[in-house]
Amino acid sequence: MGSFLKRHHWIAPLALLAPGLIWLLAFYLYPSFQMFMASFWSGSLATGFTFSLANWVNYPNSVSTYAPVYLRSVLYAGAATVTTFLIAYPLAYTIAFKGGRYKNLLLFLVVAPFFTSFLLRTVAWKIILSDSGPVLGPLKGIGLVPQEFHVLASPMAVIAGITYGFLPFMTLPVYVALEKVDHRLVEAAKDLYAGPWRPGGAIVGGTVGFVLMAALGFAFGADPLVLAVVGAVIGAVLFHFRVSESFVRVTFPLSMSGVFAGGLLTFIPAIGDYVNAELLGGPNTSMIGNVIQAKFLTENDYPSASALSFVMMFGVLIVVMVYARILGTEELSAAAARA
Amino acid sequence: MTAVAAVRPGGTIVNRIGRVIDRWSMIVYTLLAVIYLLLPVAVVILFSFNSPTGKTNYIWKGFTLQYWLNPFGPDGLASAVILSLTIAVLSTAIATALGTLMAISLERYHYRGKSFTNALIFIPMATPEIIMGASLLTMFVSIGQPPFFPLNFVTILIAHIMFNISYVVVTVRARLAGFPRHLEEASMDLFANEWQTFWRVTFPLILPGIIAAALLAFSLSIDDFVITNFTSGMAVTFPMYIYGAARIGIPVQVNVIGTCIFVIAVGSVAITTVAGRRRQTR
Repeated sequence: MGSFLKRHHWIAPLALLAPGLIWLLAFYLYPSFQMFMASFWSGSLATGFTFSLANWVNYPNSVSTYAPVYLRSVLYAGAATVTTFLIAYPLAYTIAFKGGRYKNLLLFLVVAPFFTSFLLRTVAWKIILSDSGPVLGPLKGIGLVPQEFHVLASPMAVIAGITYGFLPFMTLPVYVALEKVDHRLVEAAKDLYAGPWRPGGAIVGGTVGFVLMAALGFAFGADPLVLAVVGAVIGAVLFHFRVSESFVRVTFPLSMSGVFAGGLLTFIPAIGDYVNAELLGGPNTSMIGNVIQAKFLTENDYPSASALSFVMMFGVLIVVMVYARILGTEELSAAAARA
Repeated sequence: MTAVAAVRPGGTIVNRIGRVIDRWSMIVYTLLAVIYLLLPVAVVILFSFNSPTGKTNYIWKGFTLQYWLNPFGPDGLASAVILSLTIAVLSTAIATALGTLMAISLERYHYRGKSFTNALIFIPMATPEIIMGASLLTMFVSIGQPPFFPLNFVTILIAHIMFNISYVVVTVRARLAGFPRHLEEASMDLFANEWQTFWRVTFPLILPGIIAAALLAFSLSIDDFVITNFTSGMAVTFPMYIYGAARIGIPVQVNVIGTCIFVIAVGSVAITTVAGRRRQTR
């Protein structure tokens, strides 16, 4: 057998590769092509579908109807990606640099939520954020939040749900990137008089705190300005003391690959998500995923659903291709392997 | 974010505040983040002991063990859990086998078309689930037009194997990348043939990677809702059951089963981690 394999040295790699490759070709690539074809269909499930290039009008028809929904999806996914980054970065940093012997335990806690059904976790947020639930109940009790105020069915609830759901996807790649940062470079920066990043830290921290607290203020119906000022002060103080020049000039730039990987792993699935909008949102917060899902599964309008999906896939592919061209696929794969 | 404030002992009030923030901010922050991550899990577990008055299990009414003693009470829940487990086991086994072979091929051999294969493995992980589900649905519909391809167990299985393969390849490849090739050469020098070398040297060494890949595939499969929703037809998996029940009120037993899955998953990961660590120290 050995000599046979040596003579035909191409057989072994091909035989190993073929089953999986065929599976991906048949059940990933071919269906994608089939969906593209389906976007040129006309007809209905009862009468059968017919293919015609003249049905290209499916594209302008469906896209123009749902342009605002596309925009909303991009906005929600973008906002969720930014908040995920803001929460995940300090967490990943702490685990990577201060984790010590708790490092593996902390990483385990980051992925532990995955072991419960994500639908159940989303429903749990519905319980936590409900109008008289454990968060809003006491806040309303002490009069900090108006009685008629609610979080559920608002854009805030959907963005918060997406943020929660994808937090580990951001944390892990950032952690992987930070873990690789050479500590000697940080020390070299300090030797070269990198000190505290005092004015810059205060300004950036103040701005971040201001924007975050203002957004929270709007979301919870409290006075945004007062909260924003409080947030700006806290942010400025925190950044003033905690952010050093060596971090801004060495560590952070070196971790950018992880930030981009995490951003991609959060933004792309978030664009297509419809579970958070379905369970936590209301009628005015539906995302493009909800539309596609309804058209495919309840209205059986395959042609326009396929057109909408293909437009989304096209956008996603461009983002992924640009990403892979510039940064490669190593970081993403490393993160997936860690998860 | 590195320690900068611990400069002068004593000093001004600003410096003292700085030192307090320095010491505590990271710990407090990490604690808060972990609480945030695990809060919904805690709610799921807590509400498995709830005794709600109406159909909805959204408000805490009181403690009971009633639903733990009768975990498969609601109609269709048992069959949904069994279907999910069957699909998870089968798709994990098949995807792990296919993916491991692919990983070995990609890591060990050099040939043309590799970048295409790499892209084909990478892109499914970067595709929104809804797109994969929708495109599989259009394919199944167009294959059987008319009568339509029956969407059922087989179509769910096909889909789950498909999205699991990429994750298996990536996980096993990570293990193969740092592989000590000289051990294989030593084995061959000692007159073992390729087959013996694979099973006695290579396989035991990459086994932790394969187990990690299988665990990942299993957890992805058992929790998948979006792709299953598109490919299941009339079949109902556990996540499909939850989604269907979410509109009318989720039975408490769903939380009981969710809690069990969580405990079993955490337990098996803990066991493999401890076993792996023991193997390393030996």
